[in-house]
Amino acid sequence: MNASAEKKVQISSIAETWMEVRAQGLYCKPADCYIDPVEPVGRAIITHGHADHARSGHGEVFATPETIAIMRTRYYTNDDTHETALAYDARTDLGGGVTLWFASAGHILGSAQAVLEYNGQRVVAAGDFKRHPDPTCAPFEVVPCDVFITEATFALPVFQHPPLESEVDKLMRSMRALPGRTHIVGVYALGKCQRVMKTLRLAGYAHPFYLHGALKRLTELYESYGQDFGAWELVSEIPRADKGRFRGKLVLCPPAQINDRWSRRFADPLPTVASGWMQIRARARQKRAEMALVVSDHADWGDLIRTCKETGAPHVWITHGRVEALEYALRREGINAKGLNLIGRDEGVE
Amino acid sequence: MEAFSRLLDDLYFTNSNLAKETILSNYLRATPDPDRGWTLAAIAGTLRFDLFKRNVIKSLMQERMDPFLFDLSRDYVGEMSETVALAWPQSDSPVRLNRLPDLADVIDEFQSRDKAGIRDYLIMLLDNMTPAQRWALLKLGTRGLRIGMSARTVKRTLANMKSVPLDDIEKLWHGLEPPYENLFAWIDGRAPKPDMSGVLTYSPVMLAHPIEDKDFDRISPDTHQAEWKFDGIRVQISAGQSGVKVFSRKGDDISHSFPDLVDAADFNAVIDGELLVKPGGEIGRFNDLQQRLNKKKPSKKLMEQLPAHIMAYDILSLNGEDLRKLPLSERRIHLASLTADQNPDRFSMSEKLNFKTTDDLTALREEAAQTGGLIEGLMIKDKSSLYVPGRPKHGWYKWKRDPFLLDAVLMYAQRGTGKRSSYYSDYTFGLWNEEDKLLPIGKAYFGFTDEELKEIDKWIRNHKLARFGPVQEVEKELVFEVAFDSAHESARHKSGYALRFPRIHRIRWDKPAAEADRLTAIAALIGA
Repeated sequence: MNASAEKKVQISSIAETWMEVRAQGLYCKPADCYIDPVEPVGRAIITHGHADHARSGHGEVFATPETIAIMRTRYYTNDDTHETALAYDARTDLGGGVTLWFASAGHILGSAQAVLEYNGQRVVAAGDFKRHPDPTCAPFEVVPCDVFITEATFALPVFQHPPLESEVDKLMRSMRALPGRTHIVGVYALGKCQRVMKTLRLAGYAHPFYLHGALKRLTELYESYGQDFGAWELVSEIPRADKGRFRGKLVLCPPAQINDRWSRRFADPLPTVASGWMQIRARARQKRAEMALVVSDHADWGDLIRTCKETGAPHVWITHGRVEALEYALRREGINAKGLNLIGRDEGVE
Repeated sequence: MEAFSRLLDDLYFTNSNLAKETILSNYLRATPDPDRGWTLAAIAGTLRFDLFKRNVIKSLMQERMDPFLFDLSRDYVGEMSETVALAWPQSDSPVRLNRLPDLADVIDEFQSRDKAGIRDYLIMLLDNMTPAQRWALLKLGTRGLRIGMSARTVKRTLANMKSVPLDDIEKLWHGLEPPYENLFAWIDGRAPKPDMSGVLTYSPVMLAHPIEDKDFDRISPDTHQAEWKFDGIRVQISAGQSGVKVFSRKGDDISHSFPDLVDAADFNAVIDGELLVKPGGEIGRFNDLQQRLNKKKPSKKLMEQLPAHIMAYDILSLNGEDLRKLPLSERRIHLASLTADQNPDRFSMSEKLNFKTTDDLTALREEAAQTGGLIEGLMIKDKSSLYVPGRPKHGWYKWKRDPFLLDAVLMYAQRGTGKRSSYYSDYTFGLWNEEDKLLPIGKAYFGFTDEELKEIDKWIRNHKLARFGPVQEVEKELVFEVAFDSAHESARHKSGYALRFPRIHRIRWDKPAAEADRLTAIAALIGA
């Protein structure tokens, strides 16, 4: 650590008397409740439905209605799970003097920041979040607090995400320039897929999307919440012989499939990956993408720092990602930042 | 500048060479002079000057960005130019441009400015650019462009644009200078072919056919001569009043790597020969030569340890006179008298080997096989052959010794590119050491049929172990018979050996992995 970062900062916060890091995850003592635990626990607050935050086997789950629906769709919960669905801003008493409410995080459908209030203090666990606009979920809401708990997935100055429109424009330009090729875009099934489809529609792409089967259920779930992606068809329901059908069109699938056996069925496929990591050329080449779309559902460097400052929180705890860089930069701003070194967060999912 | 950056991005992310050629020729057709010529130079690596030094970029970043954060970023990205391109912090009150200047203007500006001016101009450009454009500028400016396109592919693109053989471009290439306006004028059909008289250029070389059984009937000591086929690299030395140039077989100018040869060439002629190194006065292995290749500026020490040497095979012109229309036997006489006057440490002439019968040739070839790779085999040439570029029929034959064969075990697989991107088609294989551990000795991605590729791909998918990024480890069960031209000791490889030109010879589905070869087998094969 650079010496200049070691300004007189008070690392500890009074909140540490009631919030602590355990092997299973972040733990709220008076409420006996975990936030996004990585192992099955009795009571869990779940910020959003991605697999590295939402897991199966918890006894009791607090989440937004959308997140609960996502967890059901992915079989993370069953009929024995005690579910408490809390819409944004609705408050509930967790017991032990702790009140919980959710504020939107702008990450994916239903994503939330968990706001915990106890003894006049407020801790906000942001989960994963972004500040860029997203037509498929509610925008991030700044909640003033005493301790802000943030991720640091893209916490390096090299990560400055471009507007999604410019990336979608790049894709549409390529489709016009290479009408003989099938553009196969690798997207995560939850969030990225739907955001890319919606943005393409807003940009004027009118043809039906062709989807890999793994994207179907979550897309339907988004539709049940009023999202409209226009027409889409499953690749598996189109006869194998009909290769020409996909020529010049757009196929969406999970990232691993863009150049695996599955993609052999398309005419002259052009593998494309949409992810925040695509900012780094070598990463894009490693994925063998012929086109890299920088599409991130996480805050970039500037937005991470801006957000931490806007919450006014004197203390920022950092869960995962490029912890060292964010910690260093926040301390230079006079914020008491520290890494929590949480384990079990997935680098790839974004 | 916008179009240049877009082109680089397109080329960078495109895998197939054919697609790259299309992208490049579309750009060259649509872009006016002199921009397209500068682009051509940047891609082909023929720019002769840096627009700015890496140190300027470094010092700019030191002023603008916290060094700790910069170091973390560079470590993550792995490379300075891209880190700067992505993280560039805008100036407090940047000068805004309505549009970026053309590539040629950018080059002119940088060249006409002094140090402080270069700095200011660089800042202004970076402030007005997207990350991709900044990357293009930084790579262009420091001549660090690597987009997976060889000079040869560039030349082939030009040849196809003009519908002429590649040789026509090769002949011109080294006589032309960026931004290549006369070249494009000719390609566009607005001007005649550029005049290359008096310029040292590369002449396309004459190549040999692999010998076939039926060819032996034609060969007799009266009509043919035999020579060793040395294991160096084929080069052409073009020397005259305007200097000395060393060209590789592909026509790349590699003079800068061999100043010892350039200084020693005391003639006005074009010589065809094998480039070798002679450590301690003896012909060195290919491995030794490799240490001299791709060195921009070899150190004095390296040149003393591994002095370059030309084993001359042929002569194309002498004192301005084209000898290519003379028969080989006459060219050899000119070559002999020329090499006799040269420093024998630097230039010698490939000797003719004595033979009467095919059996003698067989014995000579056997002798070559016993040199542990120093000699690749035999060249058998028609004494009356004219020097004709390409591979004329029945002119020259090559008779390589048989490749070495080893049974190795497949250890790791990686997917290929382009059409093969969904198949595991790059294989790393190893041999057993004394402790019964497999150590990798090489990598191969050809030598098998498409059918076999599918079978191997399937086998790999069913025998996966751990994964390291793009590299898939597999169960150590499948044996490949691997063919290779030579092996040499290598400190960089765990096994201590590296293979030259390894390829899959046969797939030994039947052979148990435990019965594959051991590392000691290589030592025995190459006599090391």
